[in-house]
Amino acid sequence: MASDAPIPAASSDRAGTASLFAAPLALLMRLIDWPMQVLQRLIGERRMAYVFLLPNLVFFSLFVFLPLVINFIFSVTGGAGLFPSERPYVGAQQYAYLFDCGSFLDASSCREDHFWRGVANTARFTVFQVTAMVLFSLLTAVVLNMKIKARGFFRAVYFFPVLLSPVVVALTWKWILQRDGLLNAAITSLGGERILFLVDPSWAMFWIVFVSIWAHMGFYTLILLAGLQAIPADLYEAAEMDATPRWRVFWRITLPLLWPNMIVVIVLALIRGVQTFDEVFVLTGGGPGTATLMVVHYIYETAFANQVQNFGLAAAASVVLGVVLFALTLAQLAASRRKGAA
Amino acid sequence: MNRLARMAVARRNPGRWHWTDIAAYAYLALGVVLMFGPVLWLGLSSFKTQAGLLEFPPSLLPMSQKEVRVEGHAQPLPLFEVAMEDGSKRVLAQVRRVGIQAQMVDPANPGQSIRVPIDKRTPVREFKLATENYTEPLERFAFMRFLWNSVFVTAVATLITLVINSMAAYALSIYEFRGKTAVMLMVIGTLMIPITIILVPVYLVITKLGLVNSLWAVILPGAATPTGVFLLRQYMLTLPRDLIEAARMDKASEWQIYWRIVMPLAMPALAVLAIFSIMWRWNEFLWPLAVLTKTEAYTLQIGLNAFQGELQTQWHYLLAMTVVTLLPVALVFVFLQRFITTGIANTGMK
Repeated sequence: MASDAPIPAASSDRAGTASLFAAPLALLMRLIDWPMQVLQRLIGERRMAYVFLLPNLVFFSLFVFLPLVINFIFSVTGGAGLFPSERPYVGAQQYAYLFDCGSFLDASSCREDHFWRGVANTARFTVFQVTAMVLFSLLTAVVLNMKIKARGFFRAVYFFPVLLSPVVVALTWKWILQRDGLLNAAITSLGGERILFLVDPSWAMFWIVFVSIWAHMGFYTLILLAGLQAIPADLYEAAEMDATPRWRVFWRITLPLLWPNMIVVIVLALIRGVQTFDEVFVLTGGGPGTATLMVVHYIYETAFANQVQNFGLAAAASVVLGVVLFALTLAQLAASRRKGAA
Repeated sequence: MNRLARMAVARRNPGRWHWTDIAAYAYLALGVVLMFGPVLWLGLSSFKTQAGLLEFPPSLLPMSQKEVRVEGHAQPLPLFEVAMEDGSKRVLAQVRRVGIQAQMVDPANPGQSIRVPIDKRTPVREFKLATENYTEPLERFAFMRFLWNSVFVTAVATLITLVINSMAAYALSIYEFRGKTAVMLMVIGTLMIPITIILVPVYLVITKLGLVNSLWAVILPGAATPTGVFLLRQYMLTLPRDLIEAARMDKASEWQIYWRIVMPLAMPALAVLAIFSIMWRWNEFLWPLAVLTKTEAYTLQIGLNAFQGELQTQWHYLLAMTVVTLLPVALVFVFLQRFITTGIANTGMK
């Protein structure tokens, strides 16, 4: 969440940016000014706040709050219609359908086996990805916080994939991982056998974890780096005077003081991990078979990509996903509150 | 963990080289290879010809066979280095191949034809950029259309986002009014609701509005971002209140205060939000994928994804188009890196 930390002021090119934004809009704004003045005379200065809020609230209600309500309606109605008026009420049937399993540990015993494969894959993916992500972000942040030369350059190196689109990330790696790709060339030149990375289920899972860490690590590294830099230097100086062993300094000073940031990183990574879709969809398409099919991919397919569009089932699945995300968000709020107290 | 600990405190020991410093630089060097390598490889590969891409093992640089124009032949002929029977080596141009024999000709002496077994020749290669990978998709596919769609969506959505979010932020930072807490709570609540869990109903709303397959379907749903409102409000709270009071004394209307005084002062925060919005919109994937089904309406990301299904064997086009898609973001990064990284460090948003 935004803090009071100052935003970098581009004082030198402020005027340039301002005129760039203002020029095409100035006329429009002057036209709006007149009815606004009339309105202000009618309702008074104070109530103008509502006028300023209106556009945003219209967007929020139309594209967030209304959909949230409709989602519930979808999940308790059946049929193939898109409009709620065309959909008969079916109660909890969609949920019953989703949860109709012989055994929850075996996806193939479920009626909606793809949903449960999605749940299992997403859980496996999230556990591996978040663990590795936190460890590597921490390692990278610690290294970047050392007295190194060209720190800005190295920070940029780890950060830049964050800006790449998921499609670009996935295609870049698909090109490297393909049968005659760079990686297989390296393996064969060392005398190994070619590996079909995206055809073997275990390798495919490994690579989607790897690629998503490659793409997003820089973001978490930045958060941890900001945390490390906020640790007061005199603590380390005091420790040095007492000749405290280094591992102990790390355990007793660095880690406890960084812990609030660590929790934020863990929870954010969990929230994003559970919603993984883009890179995996382009890289493996959920395959081989259903080996990398994620929950969001299941929702997308059920609602939009399958021959028979089943909006009700997709809505029920997204309500289930929403509950998980809600729990994680509560955890995040609790964590950031503790961060505020620390 | 021990190693980590040493790294954590190595900076406390300046002037001397500790083994952790060496380990750190080794880690950073590995990082450079691992992070830059794939994108560099994408860039190099995108300039290879279709034949060049099929080579295994692949060459590092885009190489292709050298060709020469020879008198008496309409087409340029490929050059080979040939090991002659007497043990000497000559550079010859190939006219045609007949079974395991190749009919070659010396470019300097085009009258005389020489027959060589094909296993005695190796292609002469030169560094050559296959720029046609970039130019041909522009003519053959709706690539320009996708590019335009993406530019339009990004520009219009960012503009709308800046205007309506700054208006809301202005209301929430300057005024005291009834229901302010409720509105703030609503904005916070929205932070928790990603598009992934309301995909179907947003699609319904867009259908009701008659916007399916229109670019407005991509632009509108994400225009009011709670992160944007927060970022701007937080910044506007720091603006001196006297300035606004003075403007009111001078009979400036509220709209004029917002537009003439607060907006110019909030420019640094607006710039950060603009950069973020451009990145979000340019890279957006799941929602456009769900709502755009007609090729004419595809954005670059969706078009690229569709291509990789259709052009399975045409990597040379696909790689070039991937580079074009990556380029604007790369430029934004090179010029505005400091803005972006401090923005993320301060707000924890992406």
